[in-house]
Amino acid sequence: MRFSYALPEFLVERDLERCIRCKVCVRQCAFEAHCYDEETDTVSVDSSKCVGCLRCVTMCPTSALIVRQNPTSFKENASWTGRAIKDIFKQAETGGVLLTGMGNDRPYPIYWDHILLNASQVTNPSIDPLREPMELKTYLGSKPDRLDIKKENGKLTLKTRLAPQLELRMPVMFSALSYGAISLNASKALASAAKEFGTYCNTGEGGLHRDLFQYADRTIVQCASGRFGVYRDYLQAGAAIEIKIGQGAKPGIGGHLPGEKVSEEVSKTRMIPVGTDALSPAPHHDIYSIEDLRQLIYALKEATRYEKPVSVKIAAVHNAAAIASGMVRAGADIIALDGLRGSTGAAPTRIRNNVGIPIELAIASVDRRLREEGIRQRASLVAAGGFRNSADVVKAIALGADAVYIGTSALVAMGCHVCQICYTGKCNWGIATQDPYLEKRLNPEIAKERLLNLLRAWEHEIKEMLGGMGINAIESLRGNRLHLRGVGLSDTDLDILGILPAGR
Amino acid sequence: MRIDARGLHYRALNEKINQFILKGERTFHLSHVNGQRFIGDGLKGKIKITIDGVPGNDLAAFMDGPRIRVKGNAQDGVANTMNEGEVVIDGNAGDVLGFAMRGGRVFVRGSVGYRVGIHMKSYKEKVPVMVVGGGARDFLGEYQAGGIIIVLGLGLPRGEPIAGYMVGTGMHGGVMYIRGKVEDWQIGKEVKIFEIDDSDRKVMRPHLKDFARTFKLNVEDLLKGPYLKMVPFSKRPYGRIYAY
Repeated sequence: MRFSYALPEFLVERDLERCIRCKVCVRQCAFEAHCYDEETDTVSVDSSKCVGCLRCVTMCPTSALIVRQNPTSFKENASWTGRAIKDIFKQAETGGVLLTGMGNDRPYPIYWDHILLNASQVTNPSIDPLREPMELKTYLGSKPDRLDIKKENGKLTLKTRLAPQLELRMPVMFSALSYGAISLNASKALASAAKEFGTYCNTGEGGLHRDLFQYADRTIVQCASGRFGVYRDYLQAGAAIEIKIGQGAKPGIGGHLPGEKVSEEVSKTRMIPVGTDALSPAPHHDIYSIEDLRQLIYALKEATRYEKPVSVKIAAVHNAAAIASGMVRAGADIIALDGLRGSTGAAPTRIRNNVGIPIELAIASVDRRLREEGIRQRASLVAAGGFRNSADVVKAIALGADAVYIGTSALVAMGCHVCQICYTGKCNWGIATQDPYLEKRLNPEIAKERLLNLLRAWEHEIKEMLGGMGINAIESLRGNRLHLRGVGLSDTDLDILGILPAGR
Repeated sequence: MRIDARGLHYRALNEKINQFILKGERTFHLSHVNGQRFIGDGLKGKIKITIDGVPGNDLAAFMDGPRIRVKGNAQDGVANTMNEGEVVIDGNAGDVLGFAMRGGRVFVRGSVGYRVGIHMKSYKEKVPVMVVGGGARDFLGEYQAGGIIIVLGLGLPRGEPIAGYMVGTGMHGGVMYIRGKVEDWQIGKEVKIFEIDDSDRKVMRPHLKDFARTFKLNVEDLLKGPYLKMVPFSKRPYGRIYAY
């Protein structure tokens, strides 16, 4: 290993009185931070290798380990923080582009934490979801401008032909997580949980593994710029097709799945040779305009005989509202917006930390723009990027989203500790890896149950919040900004969000 | 089955073809085709379509098996993400021909536009092949990840280059054979140029034989050079740009 000026990020401490030298930590750490010496019968630790995933701490049977931030720090400096210095050391030592994983971890404002929900008191009674029906069912897809209803012999029949719709038990879906970035066991857990619960998961751009075709009716299949694993049967298998233009964690750039992660199974699913880099170009080379986007949307609709909704996913960027308007006019049935805090398996650090806009502002401005143009009904709006709990979801719906995608929340439910080293492929939790030894740590059945528990818990919480507002259907909350109030926000923020300040 | 496409919107035309396929029809002759898009899009199986006229964009997109013959020119996006099958174009074709094509074969008698063969890939027994009779414009074979692109340069006007610039930029798999001159400044930094040898002729021969038979040319003439062969330096052109 090369010598580095960078200080270890973490300090791993072992309580020798507690340690029974069982070597669990040695086996559990793919980064080889722990080491056993047979001659002296001692377990030692190299803190510089620790990534802070806490796998060893969790698995240690005698609680002998503590991992904490390295207390040794550079001289305090508001500008030259330890992080800034460390990044420069790393680049000076490698000459490379800095990589990271997961979503933006910089302290940009999280608007969800500055938005408060309403509740009924006295005048409009609140509803108890334990005793009264509460409807969270959500349909995603293009809605008609008007309904033609015909009355024949006293019977009413709908004459308008409805566009294909996705039916969700509640407005939460699993975000695009590609097989290749995550393990097959993780993919299986997501797909089976989505099917059992009655929502959808998204393949990401890694194709659909043959073992996952059984969940295809609850899967949104993605068509990205690399077109990996995209072929007729894949498109026809999915419940909907999503054209991935951009991703919140790395707007404007493509993706490079390194050859090391292109295993035999990944190769079969992506339909590329083993060991080659899977390069997703930054743009789709057949899309250089809204007209071209329309062409791909309709190529996909033609290929699937207009039976499935077509979603278009973009990163939330400065002019997202104008772009979204073009996307709707291009024929997208669903607009997916991925915000500044959207996650990823790997992204250049500078892109992840500096490009895009927060999802809260994007939802509000896109929803407003589409309403102003009278085309909001033509497409559903799905928001993604940093939804941490059910309250974030409720606020997003009230701001104008039809549903949300969760990625990191789902991974955390399965065991992710958000240590942000997904790009190394050595995830000790068996999630972001293709190493068979690591992958088998994630039991897809147990992970599925954890995901189902999370969804059920959020479902109940959403019902509670709706009931508290005196609302008994999620439809009544959609775009209902009167139920939101801002706290600690500027007038401009409030204006963009379209909400009043708390107290007014 | 003959279908007169005159005045038909693409959706009506393609629905018609699809309905007949469901009834078991396998051979189609489309007449008066005039810009209708998505013909052959997503079709699978042993189907043959002959087209009189000029089909619109995304001909044979996502196609998986059928054979299409165009008795005229074609527009942009032919064989987009095609998985299997054959497209033969008697005239010229536009931009983005064979984008992300994974299998099957495309023959164009004339010349082709910009961004042709981008991200063509191959996988196991699937090796897509594209033969262009005339020349190609800029970004030929950009990001090419597999398959074979052959450009013959037949009948090019005097002084017209056989390919534009940025040829093979980001290429990381497959091979290009160009029967003519390509200068260093025209190619991407991820590719290198070789002279061809007998093994290359062996690779090209079956495809050029079929190309010659299809368009009534002489295969031995086509095999005569001077050919350039272009292959990527690495399967992993960008493997070293990151700090791990």
